[in-house]
Amino acid sequence: MTGQDAEDQGTGAPVLAFEEVCVRFGDTEVLRSVTADVADARVTVLAGPSGSGKTTLLRLCNRLEVPSGGTVRFRGDDLALLDPLALRRRVGMVFQRPTLFPGTIAENFAVAAPDGGAEYERQLVAVGLPGDWLDRPADELSGGEAQRACLARTLLTGPEVLLMDEPTSSLDPAATRTLEALGVGLARSGLAVLWVSHDLGQVRRIADACIVLHEGRVADSADAADYLADRDGPGDAGRGGTP
Amino acid sequence: MTSAATTTVTTGYVGWLGLVASLSLVGIAVAISIWQHLGLERSLIWASVRAIVQLLAVGALLAVVFSPHVPLIASWAWVLFMVVFAADTIRRRAPEVPGALGLALMSLGLATVVCLGVLFGLRIFPLNARTLIPLAGMVVGNSLTATVVAARRVVAEFTDKRAEVEARLALGISSRDSARPYVRDALRTAMISQIESTKAVGLVFLPGAMTGLILAGEKPLQAVLVQAAVMFLILGAVATTAAAMSLGLSRRLFTPDHRLVRLARVAT
Repeated sequence: MTGQDAEDQGTGAPVLAFEEVCVRFGDTEVLRSVTADVADARVTVLAGPSGSGKTTLLRLCNRLEVPSGGTVRFRGDDLALLDPLALRRRVGMVFQRPTLFPGTIAENFAVAAPDGGAEYERQLVAVGLPGDWLDRPADELSGGEAQRACLARTLLTGPEVLLMDEPTSSLDPAATRTLEALGVGLARSGLAVLWVSHDLGQVRRIADACIVLHEGRVADSADAADYLADRDGPGDAGRGGTP
Repeated sequence: MTSAATTTVTTGYVGWLGLVASLSLVGIAVAISIWQHLGLERSLIWASVRAIVQLLAVGALLAVVFSPHVPLIASWAWVLFMVVFAADTIRRRAPEVPGALGLALMSLGLATVVCLGVLFGLRIFPLNARTLIPLAGMVVGNSLTATVVAARRVVAEFTDKRAEVEARLALGISSRDSARPYVRDALRTAMISQIESTKAVGLVFLPGAMTGLILAGEKPLQAVLVQAAVMFLILGAVATTAAAMSLGLSRRLFTPDHRLVRLARVAT
């Protein structure tokens, strides 16, 4: 399934749209004329080999990066014209490695929602962690627990879109499945989830739609189908195994 | 014994013979280097000769600047030279810091204006060449190391903890608030050494200004008062330069739309 398929399935206007987007770092062209859409209420997976530009494309969505050319739109508005801080609370992000700040879980949550104390316990439970863990030091959590706490911290900002940058790459299979279930559940509850992965098994398990990148471009449908079928598609490097 | 000889003994006056005799202490350092095969003999001798030449040159220049016929503007020019030279030293000692020269000029200039403004504005010292140049030297010289530490620490924090900083930005936190914990750590590191020195003063060591005054025959209480004012001057100067450098640098490390810039790795 491609990003275009997502729109074809009648879910309305795309929440995120990339129009001829290019990104260049010095002499390196990371993204080349990428055009794709991301729809509400579903998991869209950004797949492709390592170095294909997946993370860069994801970081464009909350303006941690800006395009060298083209336009990224959020609900039809050009991202470049939106207040980046307000945008980032509407387009939340979970990073590849769990990045909890020093202190307790509650102190981490307070960074995201200083006045949201009543929500902390509910959000902790929502990601499958015990509600009485708020006073637990963040550095005592396992990788999977820490990543779920990061997800909870992001959700406290009330995002409409959730960007997941290979969030399971450092987790064991059980923790991976837990996080996948949480991502799919959030999509079912109405969030747009844009999930970066090069793990084909994961793509099959969670993707409602898929955008395949290869060398900075959106792979055409035949190449994308080959890649997703684990045939000789666009590049083999970095293909994940099936858990 | 003549009265001149008595003066020599009680005030610590050092003549040319005394200076030559004091070189025997450098001889001890050279002997240790030879004994332990440190290979530092040439450096020790070169450093000592260079120190004497530099100090003599400075002494000759000071004699001119301190002359009552020379206007105070010459002393201010001296201060400006010290600030520029120190800023260039900071740039060379912290090559990985973007825009180090401009930031160092701003930080040192600010500390000099603020600290000397307080000292002379409140008439703690009279404003003349004899007070301006040494006090400005105290500000600039003691701030130099702290400024380098602050600048390098900020860059290291933002490089090593880039993921943490971006995680804060991604939560919709402003660049200034996202930077605050890391700037705070850098500032603490830069200031802690001077705070420890201030705490140990008088117990562990007698600082330079006080030692100099006592050797010159000043009463200990007056020496203590001058030294205390100088210590507070240094503390204020270190805090001002480190804060100005840390905050100024942290602003340079973000774009106006709250993105963390990519820092080039520099071999140091």
